[in-house]
Amino acid sequence: MELDPVLLARLQFAFTVTFHIIFPSFTIGLSAYIATLGGLWLWRGDERYHRLMAFWVKIFAVSFAMGVVSGIVLSYQFGTNWSRFSLVVGNVVGPLIGYEVLTAFFLEATFLGVLLFGFKRVPPWLYVLSAAIVAVGTAMSAFWILAANSWMQTPVGYEMRGGIAYPTDWVAAIFNPSFPYRFAHMLNAAYLTTGFVILAVGARYLIAGKHQQDARTMVRMAIGLLAILAPLQLLIGDMHGLNTLKHQPIKVAAMEAHWDGDKPGDFHLFAWPNEKLEKNDFAISIPKGASLILTHKLNGLFPGLKSVAPEDRPPVKTVFFAFRIMLAIGFFMIAAALLGAWLWWCGHLFETRWYLRVVAQSWWIGFVAVIAGWVVTESGRQPWIVHGVLRTTNAISPVPGASIAGTLALFVFAYGIVFTAGIYFINRLIARGPQGRALAKTEGFSASPIAAAQDAGREALRGR
Amino acid sequence: MEWYLPVIWAALIGTAVAMYVILDGFDLGIGILFPLSKTEGERDQMMRSIAPFWDGNETWLVLGGGGLFVAFPQAYAVIMPAFYLPVIIMLLALIFRGVAFEFRTLSDNKRWWNLAFAAGSTLAAFAQGIILGALIQGIKVKDGIFAGGHFDWATPFALFCGLALIAGYGLLGATWLIMKTEGRVADRARVQAKWLLLAVLAFMAAVSLWTPLSIERIAQRWFSLPNFYYLWPVPALTALAAYVVWRSIEHGRDVPPFLATIALFLLGYLGLVISSYPYLVPPSLTVWDTAAAPASQIFMLVGTLVLLPIILGYTALIYWLFRGKVRPGESYH
Ligand code: HDD
Ligand code: HEM
Ligand code: HEM
Repeated sequence: MELDPVLLARLQFAFTVTFHIIFPSFTIGLSAYIATLGGLWLWRGDERYHRLMAFWVKIFAVSFAMGVVSGIVLSYQFGTNWSRFSLVVGNVVGPLIGYEVLTAFFLEATFLGVLLFGFKRVPPWLYVLSAAIVAVGTAMSAFWILAANSWMQTPVGYEMRGGIAYPTDWVAAIFNPSFPYRFAHMLNAAYLTTGFVILAVGARYLIAGKHQQDARTMVRMAIGLLAILAPLQLLIGDMHGLNTLKHQPIKVAAMEAHWDGDKPGDFHLFAWPNEKLEKNDFAISIPKGASLILTHKLNGLFPGLKSVAPEDRPPVKTVFFAFRIMLAIGFFMIAAALLGAWLWWCGHLFETRWYLRVVAQSWWIGFVAVIAGWVVTESGRQPWIVHGVLRTTNAISPVPGASIAGTLALFVFAYGIVFTAGIYFINRLIARGPQGRALAKTEGFSASPIAAAQDAGREALRGR
Repeated sequence: MEWYLPVIWAALIGTAVAMYVILDGFDLGIGILFPLSKTEGERDQMMRSIAPFWDGNETWLVLGGGGLFVAFPQAYAVIMPAFYLPVIIMLLALIFRGVAFEFRTLSDNKRWWNLAFAAGSTLAAFAQGIILGALIQGIKVKDGIFAGGHFDWATPFALFCGLALIAGYGLLGATWLIMKTEGRVADRARVQAKWLLLAVLAFMAAVSLWTPLSIERIAQRWFSLPNFYYLWPVPALTALAAYVVWRSIEHGRDVPPFLATIALFLLGYLGLVISSYPYLVPPSLTVWDTAAAPASQIFMLVGTLVLLPIILGYTALIYWLFRGKVRPGESYH
């Protein structure tokens, strides 16, 4: 049996990168939250913030470990699976990823040691500073990796010579046309994702009647943040889409399942895109809705899928449905956040059981939206791996399909174990809560942790 | 400039790989020695001695691989497919040992995570040794792309190098434990370190004979005149370093065994570099053949020269913050 190496390499990459992004989405947001709690602790001296900080650091550690190990896999896959990609665009993409390692990974990975193990060894300000450095490191790593990815969507600042891309203008290549939107959208996505996890955990405690004071702090902080960021995400996403229309119109046509460029586009609430007959089945649509969103005119025109040959179109169904999933979750997030803010305003937030029940179950929605968003972006770019420069089929390594299939199976198996265990441990930490056994045992907080930390810190800095 | 840039980059990547081998080497070594410990308490102590560091250590692996991608994309595009299976096995092994750090602490039944940590560390070392050995032997390249078979790496020599690296990392781990722990763990490490040192010397001697005997260009490099006059200090210093490791263990010293082991590693590494230079992909592609565009190498070089000292600085700071011994039953927490 002939195994198609291109298909398998794509499946393998899609699987490993999808697994990876689950953790950055959470660690980018959570590190910022932890640093915020640390700042509040130093500023107000309220023990509650420190307790929460210590609690979330434990969870952060588990998630970060999974993010690191799955990320290392990705950085090697550019060579193992996509060696032609490395050859053709390595001159441009390579340094962007190189800068990520230098500016971000070392920062995060090194100061993580202080955040996880240094509480007794350093003074509080240095401890909180380390938390902030880790948060900045994660955001910087998003900066560079998204610069690399955005360049693959909208490449500029290079020239082709002998089939190889050569950089001509680094600033243009880094700040390429889709980068600002993608960076803002992704960073915000990470904060939203984390916000919903924190909200869910807080709501869970409130319902169970445990850790009331801590839970209220978590819920208030989360809702305050989400009420701003959730609507903001719609705004950024809208601008992101308009920008994509300029640079990758066929991707947008697939997102909207829009076939005929000479007619205004409807917005399909549901449809089953039929790629053989080049039309939609079972469509339930808002007439001219897509034209209104994308061109701000009822009869505005934008390119349809039929304007390019079938082999130049992305997989329409994948892109179309993934986009709808992201939108649905986006609107749900806005509703949940604004409703929460309104209940808070009226003073009923902690008594409205049904609301708490719903958000307590919504911890996962951010992750699904992030993955759906990436599927839109990446599948929508097909059949190109670098838009207009290199096709995915030409980017592959000279590796037989059987090897890729075998290692893919190994990845699925290994990640299955790691993920199950990770979720299980995170759940247990959450079940124990901020005052649980885990903290009391391993952190060994004394009656006055600040004093203890200061002593230890002074001792460490004085060189004992 | 066109001539120097790739050489500078080769030196930088060589440094990153050396940093990786030494830093992650000692924490992989702890995993390799894990099955020889007797109680959970001892294992806790061993793990705590490396817990704050392993993450930063492993990042040098990303820098080594990433550096190759940045500075020598063509070498990257040949080496990775050529060693597809060992690379992926290594990554999978690193996954299990990496998550074991967190999972083991949280878990009530530590058995499986002890196994994941020990087996992952050992397998990762073995795979790295295989990659190293197979790279020394050379990769078949045609028209600048990998043209060999999928199991070309599976030679007796490469497998031998895999075992050698397990012993080497084990030695680094043992001398680290001598330096960073007290009590039973440290006592046992002293005994282990001696055995491992003997094994490492035997492996080094074997590789030093095997490569020139089987690979003509390496024999040429070492034994032709006048090279030999310049190169003889390498084996001499290696012998000296080995002697210092042994003596300082005998005399009950804490820090020198680890430092001398690092010297031993660096000299062995230098020997390999001398054997292979200027090939990045022996025996056909040199550092110049595979270099990225000068514009890319320069752009990255500027950042590296600014940032690398900073990284080294705060890495040193962290090692200093967590200095001192981990006693039985005590933790950094
Ligand atoms: C938006 C953010 C984002 C995206 C799109 C990616 N990553 Fe990532 N990555 C991170 C954000 C991040 C992070 C937040 O910095 C991580 C996640 C958790 C962590 O521990 O650090 C990380 C860890 C991480 C590591 C481990 C670094 C270390 O040693 O600490 C590597 C090698 C990569 N990633 C590589 C990649 C590659 C090759 C990607 C693309 C194909 C990728 N990541 C997508
Ligand atoms: C509510 C309205 C939203 C709109 C209009 C929107 C719009 C878009 C568009 C147009 C893209 C594709 C851009 C491209 O490939 O060129 C995209 C991608 C993406 N979306 Fe959304 N989005 C919304 C909500 C969300 C939410 C709630 C999340 C996650 C919490 C999210 C996460 C992502 C991610 C991770 C990507 C891929 C990376 C990127 O291209 O930015 N989006 N979004
Ligand atoms: C972390 C979030 C990301 C997710 C969830 C994601 C998701 C995906 C998916 C689902 C595919 C398969 C698309 C298809 O074959 O139809 C893919 C392909 C790919 N992506 Fe991403 N991607 C992410 C980020 C990135 C980044 C940051 C880069 C590069 C810097 C990248 C480079 C690639 C490459 C090289 C492929 C393989 C070729 C292809 O099938 O297009 N991805 N990704």
